Amino acid sequence: MAVRKPPITTREYWAPGHAACAGCGCATALKLATKAFSEAMEEKYGDPNAFAIAQATGCMEVVSAVFPYTAWKVPWIHVAFENAAAAASGVEAAWKKLGRRGKILAIGGDGGTADIGMQALSGMLERRHNVVYLMYDNEAYMNTGIQRSSSTPYGAWTTTSPPGKYSIGEDKPKKWVALIAAAHQVPYVATASIGNPFDFVRKMKRAAKVDGPAFVQVHCTCPTGWKSPLEKGVEIARLAIETGIWPLFEIENGDFFNIKIQAPGGGAKVKREGGRVVAIEFKKPIEEYLKLQGRFKHLFKRPEAIDEMREQIKAMWKVLGVDVTLPKPGE
Amino acid sequence: MAESPFKADIERVKREYSEKMTPGAVARIPGSSVVNKTGSWRVFMPEFNRDKCVRCYLCYIYCPEPAIYLDEENYPVFDYDYCKGCGICANECPTDAIVMVRETK
Ligand SMILES: Cc1ncc(C[n+]2csc(CCOP(=O)(O)OP(=O)(O)O)c2C)c(N)n1
Ligand code: SF4
Ligand code: SF4
Ligand code: SF4
Ligand SMILES: [Mg+2]
Repeated sequence: MAVRKPPITTREYWAPGHAACAGCGCATALKLATKAFSEAMEEKYGDPNAFAIAQATGCMEVVSAVFPYTAWKVPWIHVAFENAAAAASGVEAAWKKLGRRGKILAIGGDGGTADIGMQALSGMLERRHNVVYLMYDNEAYMNTGIQRSSSTPYGAWTTTSPPGKYSIGEDKPKKWVALIAAAHQVPYVATASIGNPFDFVRKMKRAAKVDGPAFVQVHCTCPTGWKSPLEKGVEIARLAIETGIWPLFEIENGDFFNIKIQAPGGGAKVKREGGRVVAIEFKKPIEEYLKLQGRFKHLFKRPEAIDEMREQIKAMWKVLGVDVTLPKPGE
Repeated sequence: MAESPFKADIERVKREYSEKMTPGAVARIPGSSVVNKTGSWRVFMPEFNRDKCVRCYLCYIYCPEPAIYLDEENYPVFDYDYCKGCGICANECPTDAIVMVRETK
């Protein structure tokens, strides 16, 4: 049998022995992101190691950098929770001064990006630093014990959005940082997911290769905070795409009108007009995604909240210029 | 048998590791987390059946540790020193070449 080559470099920048929970989807995301970055740097500069990382406080920083150990095999700096983008900006400016070629990768969680790091991120994008900012979105402050962030989705349980008699859990729609980043009219912005690793790797490479700032928001499972089975991490992320919960798109230079939308799979019917996706008919109900996670368990006693979630998802797709239909179970 | 891509790191940590505080809390040895043998966390263990494997690389791509590397023929090798037993590889394998079995030790 003819064997294909491995689809990604076998060079490793993320070493085992780190302290992430078993089945952590964010660990998978960082492993793949660094491999993609290394391929991009090799293709662009002939040097697979022409990058460095600045990372915000959060699970992936804490689990990878327990002093005196580190899981990183690439120059890496941690400063604080709010300033990965500022630290990366400084490293990039220094590299420029030194005449060193390559690109800087900034990494932050959803709390570190959508909330406390928002200002540093906006500054980094606006000043046009040659940095890729990777937001790994596990949809809450996991490292400090599962508190809500502005990127926590509607209906989710967290310790600070507890469901009960007067609460359905998180009661506000998710804030989409990728859209805010795109409004800075930077060369490249994308959403991605560990549920589609090939798409994620392609986007990370694209982000790493463009001249100027880029932003990638990757959806990654946190079995601890989502109360989901360890082995289902990738399956859950895939279901988020297939049910319409997690859109995959790319926006170049803030050109929202020419947004590129990736087909979600899962039997969904995609309608295009002049190459542009204008409508998607999803075939899998969002319940298939929700039911695998304890953080949404309470919603099954509150079907009106799940219907409200459907309305919010439709409104989100509308911002992307796409009319979607979302089936109910059995439809 | 193929070698772990982290073999050099494991040997370097053995030689050079020190608990001494460094200026700026610099972690001196890249990839030194390999001293932590997280395989001890495991409750279930992935058992690999080479005959069923079609070398699609999915397990290799998804493993969060990573505790899967490739041998000379590009078959996956499971590194039980680090595998935490999450079961993602078995859940995603398209041919059931991986099954999770309970640890006996
Ligand atoms: C200024 C500041 N406030 C609070 C903290 C405590 N803190 C550490 S990690 C964290 C949550 C990180 O959440 P997120 O960015 O979503 O990353 P995750 O842990 O979910 O991966 C918080 C609040 C801190 N380190 N610094
Ligand atoms: S709490 Fe969640 S994000 Fe943090 S290490 Fe565990 S699984 Fe990963
Ligand atoms: S069980 Fe999890 S940690 Fe172990 S090899 Fe499979 S994917 Fe990796
Ligand atoms: S996922 Fe299964 S078939 Fe694919 S490489 Fe791994 S063991 Fe082989
Ligand atoms: Mg988070």
